[in-house]
Amino acid sequence: MSTVALLLITGLGLGALYFLVASGLSLIYGLMGVLNFAHGSFLTISAFLAWEVARRIGADSWGSLGLALLVGAVVGGIVAAGTELLLIRRLYERHIEQVLVTVGLALASVALFQGIWGTDPQYVTGPAWLAQTTDVLGARIPNNRFLLIAVAAAVLLTLLLFLRYTRFGLVIRAGVENRSMVTALGIDVRRAFTLVFTIGGAAAGIGGVLASHYFGYVSPEMGASLLIFAFIVTVIGGLGSLAGAALAAVFVAVIQQFANFYLGGTGDIMVVLLLAVVLLVRPRGLLGRRG
Amino acid sequence: MNAVLVSMRRPGARWLLSALLVVGLAALPLLNIVVPGVLPGPSYTPGTLQLLALSLIFAALALSYHVLFGAAGLLSFGHALYFAIGAYGLGILLKRTELPLLLAVAVVLAGTLVVATVLGAISLRVSGISFAMVTLAFAQAGSVLIQRNSGITGGEDGLSLSTQQLPDFFVGVLNTRNLYWLALALLVVVFLAVRWFERSRAGHVAAAARENELRVRVIGLRPFSVKLVAVVIAGVLAAAIGMVYLLLQSGVVPGVASSNFTLTLLVIVVLGGVGSRWGAVIGGVVYTLLDQRLSALAGSDAIAGLPAVLRVPLSEPLFLLGTLFILVVLFLPGGIVGVAGRLTRRAGRTSGATREDPRDVIEETE
Repeated sequence: MSTVALLLITGLGLGALYFLVASGLSLIYGLMGVLNFAHGSFLTISAFLAWEVARRIGADSWGSLGLALLVGAVVGGIVAAGTELLLIRRLYERHIEQVLVTVGLALASVALFQGIWGTDPQYVTGPAWLAQTTDVLGARIPNNRFLLIAVAAAVLLTLLLFLRYTRFGLVIRAGVENRSMVTALGIDVRRAFTLVFTIGGAAAGIGGVLASHYFGYVSPEMGASLLIFAFIVTVIGGLGSLAGAALAAVFVAVIQQFANFYLGGTGDIMVVLLLAVVLLVRPRGLLGRRG
Repeated sequence: MNAVLVSMRRPGARWLLSALLVVGLAALPLLNIVVPGVLPGPSYTPGTLQLLALSLIFAALALSYHVLFGAAGLLSFGHALYFAIGAYGLGILLKRTELPLLLAVAVVLAGTLVVATVLGAISLRVSGISFAMVTLAFAQAGSVLIQRNSGITGGEDGLSLSTQQLPDFFVGVLNTRNLYWLALALLVVVFLAVRWFERSRAGHVAAAARENELRVRVIGLRPFSVKLVAVVIAGVLAAAIGMVYLLLQSGVVPGVASSNFTLTLLVIVVLGGVGSRWGAVIGGVVYTLLDQRLSALAGSDAIAGLPAVLRVPLSEPLFLLGTLFILVVLFLPGGIVGVAGRLTRRAGRTSGATREDPRDVIEETE
């Protein structure tokens, strides 16, 4: 029982990370049709800068963790908005070229991070509570899992409320549903494009800071390795669906944890098999609308 | 230069020039050609031949990727998987079994055929960007399998080539020229195979489905099967190229199965010019030489003396190549071949001697 609880909560924590990356990917794809390969780099740069800030003011207080999360969100948002304005905007409606530009950005930025911070992981410390464990049903759960779950849940709730009750949210939802109709009604969707990039980047930035506490380090390749699972999560959840991304993130991460423990470290393979099954049975994903 | 480009547009001249190019490349190991700044040494030295053979292999691999991306319009992020299957498959068979070389090659090709058919059929259930993500996921699974099963694959350290079953003329530094000729022959074979596919009925349907899938379906054709054929052909070719890569490099490291390796192929194809066979070849050669030269530059004293703001970006070849790639996508759609084509057309207009290719007229009136 204690093992199951440990795997379940760790899976939820990892799922929280996947969701923070996948939510932005899914919204960006749903609205603009862009597969953003640079999303992992948004995450990595945020994690690095937040780490730089936190270690300068002393990383072991709750205040510095809060500040690190804020820095992560702001950096991720700014870098993502900059990418949209400078690179993606020039190539509207040319989806393949947009993907190619983000691929180039991903390659170049990872190389740049390696040049600046080196290829070795930089170890991260946080408030003492995060490094301790809590007993749940006899299992000793590392406390950072709870932080991850709480923050991701807060981000999910905020995004859902934002999409539901604000005018921008309405435009984004309508744009995902039928973009040409929104344009025909005289609404400038391009502002919404920048907005989803900013939101997605901020979520990825928060994810980067949390990932550095989950893994215990920051490294230049961190974003790229999370990105692949985030891609899988978005396809399984259904492209463009936020709730689908959340559901699939938890599903994928929990299956991964259980397979790693009970089936001899086959978690990654099981996730790919799950993807294959979902594609065979339901190609549009769990909650995807378009066929 | 312009005269050469103009004459390239006539089919007969094109064949002649291609044949001359192949003969010229085949003669390189026998000549003493020095190109400072491009090649590390005279053209007959093993080090230079190794680099040239590697660039030919990358050109061939880019051609096989061109079947997917250029001809069939399938954006795959998992092509590295088949290359890795070829290289690792042959390496493992040579190490673990007593199979003679040709039989081992046949076994690997047959295995690739099966894998490509199964994975292709699954991933082609979705299209466009989802297809890209799914192929990425499969390749990632392959990469994980290679790294996890280090007892068979050598894990992070890679797999070294076992030379017992190999003929003597492929073994040793002095025989690098034989491997170079093998790589050149491979490139020619791959080029002809890709050309044959693109001009076959299946190739035409694949191209039509790339442009307008719905219309192809309305006519009553099934895009799925021709796309699957494209995936399988590209996969088998990539596996064959992977095997020659294994022989040339005397081993293989897990990096060739990574998603970054496929992204490199994408960069090569776009750099050379999407949709053009020669573009893929030129892109492969240019990229390999550039990568090698930039790495040499990164380690040079001139860079080490610069202030950090300049030194850090300049000492990362991938940063420079990534930036170059972004610039090409933004400002030079059509890549190197696209630029050459524009030069040709300009030259054709000023001399007025060449007849307009009907395809160009269509392109320009659009």
